[in-house]
Order: sequence, then structure tokens, then C-alpha cells
Amino acid sequence: MSLDVKPPITAPVATSNPVEPTDAVVNDAPRAPNRKVVHNPVLRVLQYLALALVVAVFVLPLYWLFSSALKAENEIYSYPLQWIPTMLEPENFAEAWRSAPFDRFFINSIITTFFGTTLEIGLAILSAYAFAFVRFRFKTPLFLVMIGSLMLPGHVTLLVNYITVGHLGWLNSYAGLILPGIGSAFAMFLIYQQMRVVPTEIVDAAKIDGAAHLRRMWSVVLPMCRPMILTGTLIVMFGKWNDFVWPLIVTSTADMRTLPIGLMFLRSQEGYSNWGSIMAGTVMVALPMLLVFFFAQKRIIGGIAAGALKG
Amino acid sequence: MSALTKAPIAVGKSKAAKPPQRPVTPERRRSNRREAILFLVLILPNIAAIVVFSYYPTAYNFILSFMDWDLVAPFPEWVGLENYQRMFASPRFVEVLANTLLFTLVAVGGTLVLGLGVGQLLAQRLKFSGFARTMAFAPHMLPGAAVGVLWLFMFDPTYGLSRWLFNMIGLDSPSWTTTSDWSLWAVIIAYSWQRLGFVTIIYYTAIQDLPQDVYEAAELDGARGSKLFWYITRPLLSPVTFFLSVTGIISAAQAFDIIATLTDGGPGSSSTTLNWMVYEEAFKKFDVGTSAAAATVLFLILLVVTLIQARAQGRQVHYS
Repeated sequence: MSLDVKPPITAPVATSNPVEPTDAVVNDAPRAPNRKVVHNPVLRVLQYLALALVVAVFVLPLYWLFSSALKAENEIYSYPLQWIPTMLEPENFAEAWRSAPFDRFFINSIITTFFGTTLEIGLAILSAYAFAFVRFRFKTPLFLVMIGSLMLPGHVTLLVNYITVGHLGWLNSYAGLILPGIGSAFAMFLIYQQMRVVPTEIVDAAKIDGAAHLRRMWSVVLPMCRPMILTGTLIVMFGKWNDFVWPLIVTSTADMRTLPIGLMFLRSQEGYSNWGSIMAGTVMVALPMLLVFFFAQKRIIGGIAAGALKG
Repeated sequence: MSALTKAPIAVGKSKAAKPPQRPVTPERRRSNRREAILFLVLILPNIAAIVVFSYYPTAYNFILSFMDWDLVAPFPEWVGLENYQRMFASPRFVEVLANTLLFTLVAVGGTLVLGLGVGQLLAQRLKFSGFARTMAFAPHMLPGAAVGVLWLFMFDPTYGLSRWLFNMIGLDSPSWTTTSDWSLWAVIIAYSWQRLGFVTIIYYTAIQDLPQDVYEAAELDGARGSKLFWYITRPLLSPVTFFLSVTGIISAAQAFDIIATLTDGGPGSSSTTLNWMVYEEAFKKFDVGTSAAAATVLFLILLVVTLIQARAQGRQVHYS
């Protein structure tokens, strides 16, 4: 596609503030469409109305989520709707915490996300380096085998993976939650794409200086690929935290559930009768990822857009 | 997914290109062997995980689709094509296929049209469009379970936002998640809300990258406003649209968490899609054979979609 994001690496050595490839996508002031400023005031007003509608569609549900989590029960069950809680009510969170072991859910989510992401990115880096820098005659078929796995939909592998994990004795354990997901074609490909554009001269220079492969990878290639590794890490991390179907089938007791699964069981337990605590539970599941997203949004949006449009 | 079909065939590019022919000295052969061993060691853990947890299950799933098993009996029993025959003969499976088709068409088509519109709007350099961009993308990063539960409350016909919205136009809110006429639409709406921001941002980014000179030429020829959009922007974006529709189909076919939290595939089978059926047959009804057969059908459908993408990518028009 012609929408390629240009390889970011121009400086010979990455500094502590490396060029961010991904930011270029979203961050550069809009280039193409600034040809003309619309002078038609009616059109301008219509555009702002449309923008307001767009913002409302996305903000209103989120506002509804957070405000409901903090409303007292009588304000949730009232009509006309009580838009602004008259007082902030933390009781919903306590209630959610009482009806489901959210502390366990948090611990489980953090453990599976942390170790799952670390392992997956680690494996991705090792294999990306091998494909980019190590000589081997049968690279290409092996590469196709790895990339081809992107074609295999998760729901087709679900049942057999459950059986496999059962045979391994990993059901309802961290090993069962984490290990089946650490194989990585997507992150490997993402990181490989950036390793390919690391200037050969630099790697060769390190080689002449006597640095062996692992040393070259650690102190030359990895620092230069840091932006893409970070982006890949973020994307993988969101995937693990949000993962649903695998933790749902592989866990069988409440103390092993992750947050999204715990939320589903909270919903079944509280039924339609206690929206306040259900929304409080939803906030607990959603807020960590929202914070990470707002904090790192340029990198995340840029990385996802670049991943989709380049290649 | 684009990565998949556009993967460069020559891996390692010029760096791996043959150096000028040198006589193969024993020393060089030793170095080659060392490199090969290192290569295999580096990729082994990753490729092992992929083979064990992606390739092998896909193959074994195919075999299980000819078996009868309840996950408890010591051995599965070979039944040939029976699972498929029973499945295709059942009206429920036809309903599931129709649901999957409707869900995919509306969710993918709807987010494409809306996403192109919103992406174009965000590219107009309005104030607050950066804020709108962030907020539009935020749902895409949320756990699907949270999105499902949030919409479950919003769809509540008595205390949810749905009642407020419908009352504004003088109607009563439908019972979205508990009536079979509406349940699939509830899933479609919640799913599209989550995906729309992604489609929007991809379009927005692509619009930023469109070649300036084409527009200048068109403007010289007298094209303005909507004409520019329809005859220049839209066709220039067609590769992006194609990519988004293929990835959209693939991700819609795997939408699961929103169904699980919003409707449980019900009432009846009214919001059951193919992948929900795969789960339900295996883990709620313990009918491994039927689940595996449904998964095989799902796999074949997605395989066809991917192959179409791969072929189209090969002869895609490049504008640059």
C-alpha cells in the first residue's frame, strides 16, 4: 500500500529519546486536507454539530458508566434520569467487592497480563532478531509458518487447546491461563519490520568490534527498535488484559478468574437488580486500561494505525 | 491481518543476500553451522508455542469434527460425516448462519460507512477534533466484557439511556436483550460502538496521507466539496476500505465477549452466531463433535475471506 509509514531510524545510534515512528502518524499536523479553509459558515456550523454528535456518541456511554457507578441506589432507579449524582456514593464499589472477590480478579489479571506480555514479547524479539540478522537457509518457509498462524482463528483452536491444557494438568492454573497465548506472530512481525530497517553498517561495525550476536541484539539492535517494541508491548498487553474466552473456559473457580470473567459472573449474580454495583465492577475492569490508553494514546493509536496501513 | 498477506517473501532482505562467492573454507562452514544453530535456538520457543497451540489444534479440531465425544468418555468415537449432516439439517444451524451473516454485514458495513464519514469529519481541522479522536478510539481499548455489561445497562428499557432516547421521540424502548426480535441488534449496536473508533482512526490516518497533488489537479479542474470526496477521496481510499472490510469480517466472526455479557446468545438462539455456537456446543452441551464441526465451518469461511484478500492484494491498484 502506498500509505507506508516511513522507517523512523535515521540517527545512527538511538539516544534516550529515540525517534518515535508511530507518533508521526497521528501527531504531525494534518498535512493533506489543510489545502483550504472552509469559508462557508453554514457548512462550518454543520460540521461542528456533527462533531458534537460524534463526541456525544462516544462520551455519553462512558459518562453514564462512571456516573452510575457513583450514584446512590435511588438515583439509579429513577425516571426521568438523574444525570448528575447529587452525592458521590462509594458504596457500590464496596458492594461489588463483597459479592465477588475483586482482589483476586485484580491479582489474577495483573499476573496473567504481566507474565503473558513479557513472555510473548520476549519470544517475539528473539525470533524477530533471528529472522532479521541470523543466517539460515530455510528462513523463508519458517517465516511463512509463523505468519500463517495469523490465519487460524482463536475459536477453532479453543476446544483442542482446552483438551491439551487438561492433559498437561494446567486447567484452572496460571500456567494454563498464560502459556497457550505466548506464541507470537503478530508482535514478532511488528518488531521484525523495524529490525529490517536498522542500518546494516551499524550492526556490522559492532560485529567488527567483536560483538557476538546476542551482544549485538542487546546493545545495538534493541535500543534502536525500542519504539516499536514499546508499541508492540502495549498492544499485546491490552490484548491480554481484555482477553475473554480463553480465561473463561480454562478457569473453573472464582479465585482463578480474571477481571473480565469476574465481571460476567458479577452480572449474573446481581442480575438486573443492582446496576450500581455492576457498573462499579465495570469501572474496575475498564479503568486501568482507560488510564493506560489516555496516558499512551499517541503511541497506541499511531502503532495500531501504522500496523494496519503499512506492510 | 494485512501483515499476513503482504509479508515479504524474501525474509531478511538484502542483508541476507549472498556475499561475493568465497571459497567454502572449513572455518566458514563452521560459522554457518553456528549461525544455523543459533537461529533455531532463537525461534524454537516461539515456533513451538505456535505449532502446539495454533496448528495442532486446528488440525485436531478437524478430526474431532468426525467424532462423537462428551469430553468425559475415555475415547472419542468415529461417526464420519454424521455431525455435519445433523448440523446442516437442523433449523437452528440455519438460524445461526443467518445471524452470523446479518451481524457481520451490518456491523462491518455500518462501521465502514460511519467510520469513513467520521474520519473525513475529523480531518477537517475543527477545534476539539483531537479530543473527539481520542474519545472515539477509547472504546476500542476497553475489555469487550466491560462494553457488553455497560450496554446491557444502557439497553435497560426502564432505567437505561435507551428509554430516555426513545422517549425523546415519543416511543417506548424495546426490551433489547430479552426479546428475540431485538437481541441480535443489541449485539450489533454494542459491537459497532466498540469498533467504530478503530475504523475511524484508520480512515483518518489514511486521509492524512493522501497525495496532495491529486487534489490540486482536481481543484484546478473545478471539482469541489462533495465531488472531491466522492471522486477523489473515496476511490483513493479503496485499498483501505478493502483492508478494513476483510479484517472487519474476521474480527466480527470472532466477536464473543459482547455476546457473552449482553445476551448469552439468546433468547433462544436469536443472537447466537457461529463462534458462540462453537463455545456453547463444547462447553455448555459437551457435544464436542458438533462444536468441532461448527468450528470447521467457521474456519473454512474465514479461510475463503483471507484467500480473497490475498488474491486481491496481489493485483491491487497502487496510488502513489
